[in-house]
Amino acid sequence: MDSTVTLTVDGTSHEVDVDTRTTLLDALRERLGVHTVKKGCDHGQCGSCTVLLDDRRHLTCLALAVAHDGATITTADGLGEGDDLHPVQQAFLNHDGYQCGYCTPGQVCSAVGMLEEVKQGHPSHVTDDLKADVDLDGDPDDSGMVDDEITERMSGNLCRCGAYRGIVDAIREAAGLEPRQDDARVEQEARP
Amino acid sequence: MTATPIRARSMGTHLTRLDGHEKVTGRATYAAEHGFTLPERPLHAWLVTSTIPRGRVERVDASDALAHRGVVTVVDHTSARRLAKPDDAELAVLQDDAIAFRGQIVAVVLAETIEAAREGARLVRVHQTPADSAPQVVIEDGEPYTPEAANAGHEPDVVQGDVDAALARAAVTVDATYTTPHEFNNPMEPHAVTATWDGDTLTLWDSTQSVHGVAAVLGRALGLARGKTRVLAPYVGGGFGSKGLPHAPEMAAALAAFAADGRPVQLAVTRQQMFALTGYRTQTESRVRLGAEPDGRLVAITHDALSQTSRYKEFVEQTATAARMMYAADARSTTHRVVPLDVAVPAWMRAPGEMPGMYAHEVAMDELAVACGVDPVDLRVRNEPEVEPETGNPFNERRLVECLQRGADRFGWADRDPEPGSRLVGDWRVGLGMASATYPALFMPGNTARIRALGDQRYAVDIGAVDIGTGARTVLTQIAADALGVEPGRIELSLGDTALPKATVAGGSAGTSSWGTAIVLAAQQLRADHGDDPDAGVESSSTSEGYPDMENLALHSFGAVFVEARVHRWTGEVRVPRMLGVYSVGRVINPTTARSQLLGGLVMGLSGALFEDGYRDPRHGHVVTQDLATYHVASHADVGDLQVEWLDEEDTAATPMGSRGIGEIGIVGTAAAVANATFHATGTRVRALPVTADHFLG
Repeated sequence: MDSTVTLTVDGTSHEVDVDTRTTLLDALRERLGVHTVKKGCDHGQCGSCTVLLDDRRHLTCLALAVAHDGATITTADGLGEGDDLHPVQQAFLNHDGYQCGYCTPGQVCSAVGMLEEVKQGHPSHVTDDLKADVDLDGDPDDSGMVDDEITERMSGNLCRCGAYRGIVDAIREAAGLEPRQDDARVEQEARP
Repeated sequence: MTATPIRARSMGTHLTRLDGHEKVTGRATYAAEHGFTLPERPLHAWLVTSTIPRGRVERVDASDALAHRGVVTVVDHTSARRLAKPDDAELAVLQDDAIAFRGQIVAVVLAETIEAAREGARLVRVHQTPADSAPQVVIEDGEPYTPEAANAGHEPDVVQGDVDAALARAAVTVDATYTTPHEFNNPMEPHAVTATWDGDTLTLWDSTQSVHGVAAVLGRALGLARGKTRVLAPYVGGGFGSKGLPHAPEMAAALAAFAADGRPVQLAVTRQQMFALTGYRTQTESRVRLGAEPDGRLVAITHDALSQTSRYKEFVEQTATAARMMYAADARSTTHRVVPLDVAVPAWMRAPGEMPGMYAHEVAMDELAVACGVDPVDLRVRNEPEVEPETGNPFNERRLVECLQRGADRFGWADRDPEPGSRLVGDWRVGLGMASATYPALFMPGNTARIRALGDQRYAVDIGAVDIGTGARTVLTQIAADALGVEPGRIELSLGDTALPKATVAGGSAGTSSWGTAIVLAAQQLRADHGDDPDAGVESSSTSEGYPDMENLALHSFGAVFVEARVHRWTGEVRVPRMLGVYSVGRVINPTTARSQLLGGLVMGLSGALFEDGYRDPRHGHVVTQDLATYHVASHADVGDLQVEWLDEEDTAATPMGSRGIGEIGIVGTAAAVANATFHATGTRVRALPVTADHFLG
């Protein structure tokens, strides 16, 4: 059975005919030709298809298009202003927070959405005090891991190239946090 | 003409990835993202696969599928185009009724939409008859044999000296068996193809590490004339070996497109199907015996490696080869045996051979350090060979000891109490472990680069290489700039297309070395042909067949990996808050992209150490853990503080750039370092990957 839905994608409104079985991801990629959102697993396990759906980060492979008539979707390509990159995207470039680039649009959208969740005070699984203000730059937990708030909140986005370190450094920059202890030295070494 | 070393100006300095903007916006287009640029929209292909491990396809009943709205056609072994040369059994897709493994392609559904294609595939009824004899699907079922060669042409067995006598005389011995499970490459971009025929010309947008390799192999099998297969790969979402050689889905897409009446066909292999159709690292079992003097100096090394292959096509993981060159010992024996099974064929996964082999060897070395009461770092220093043990060739730049010592200093190794289980922080047992790493400096002949002057000291550089995320687009631009003596901004590099000159695979950590040497040669040829200020439009091209000094020198990269592991005293949970890798890899051409590759290797090594475990069903032979939830790969929260650094060096014996490869060494030794750190934390020795919590309970 077919339906027509209206989707606003990166500022442009589209009427699109979809099968009731069509996921939001396939509506974007296969019906509208919007390939700035990627398909890595089609099962909500990798995060490559993350967009901002009505301003919240969302996995488009786990959403049916017919259930989102009228939705506003921002892919990584719609985050910046004109040709200018969004600060999170620029930080990914600065810290080489990617290699092959396939998970990257999802990582970028997830980071933008995650920083907004923090701003709104959402706690995460590793937040100790659910009543206190949320702070990304908290103390290491008792397993000794640093940046545990950022990495916990980003764990829905897999990167097989293993660019996690650069992604966390990028998020720290975009969030206005101090670079990690040796980050400045790394940067200096990297950019003589 | 042979390339001569070039002066580093851009090489060694940071340059932001040239395709970074495309990647952070998502505008980079991968193999299944070209349909909207074609004159006609592609049909969507969906693979139907076998559900028995061995037998025959009696009949493919597509009637229900064809009745489903949007389904256009179903291709099976009775209707697919015949191959001219079906000699590669993996690529002989839909050529006969034989079923050689569960998950094999037995039909392809083509439909107007992806939803119809998927439902059509569900509606295809495949009547299968199991073989009379029981299938053999697990390694315990089969009989090992000695292969003629292991992957990359390595001798299966190499024996030097009298191992048994040396072991019998040795003051200290270690004799243990180490296992690694099936591991799956799982690049984030699933294998995918857009295929279209124009008369007798086949064009593929393919997710591959080698456009020329795919064109040559598929073109030959299909019987196409030279030049009639074009393959493009502008962007590739990772590969780690699985996209190094064409696999069955690429052929299925080509055959399906042939049946599509001129329509293009788009095929994306599902994540689940990738576990059977796109290669994987076989499980391995390594028996390692070490014999040593009381001070830890080795007198004997043996490494007997067992792995699994498929009955229809052979692949032999070269697990024991690192033991042939790593440490000094007068007596040495390394062997490879394989068991043929009715399962999907294994293939390349990042550092085939070195990854599982060095895991086994380096855990055995840790056991020897404990047995001798020698510090693990010192043990390795004591066993430095003067020449390469297997060949007797001198090493060029064997700087393992410097990597070990620098890593030990930086990691705070001197403060480590050698007693296992001696440090408890809260409820976490804390340990430090280390291992050595190595990877050969490989070089692939037969790369051609073409350089055309554009005037005003601008140059177009063409080579049919592929950037799978390594940074090739960026570092080859830097190499070309230095070879021509201009700024990188004056280079327009093109790659990822068989319309460009022939290039070898992005694999074996040899891409930059091999392609870069061809670019240097072409630049030097251009200068010889046309001088320092060539007119716009003149060009030179050169093919690099080799580079001096590779015959008589042992060229390898080395590294040392240090790990802090924490094991929870009540749950056994393992966390790795800190890792450091120090590498000797020749000149680092771009410190930013190089750092990312080495860090990525550490992450994949950590992932193999703690998580990755492909479980094969002992009855049906398929992989049960065939998705990213049940086959966990390291995520953000699994990765702690990672550091890599490298020694300042240039190795002009290896390449005219002074570089060696860096793509694989980061994964080598890493799992051993993690395992050794968990031993130091707990006193429990785990000899099987992955190192999971259950090992530390009870």
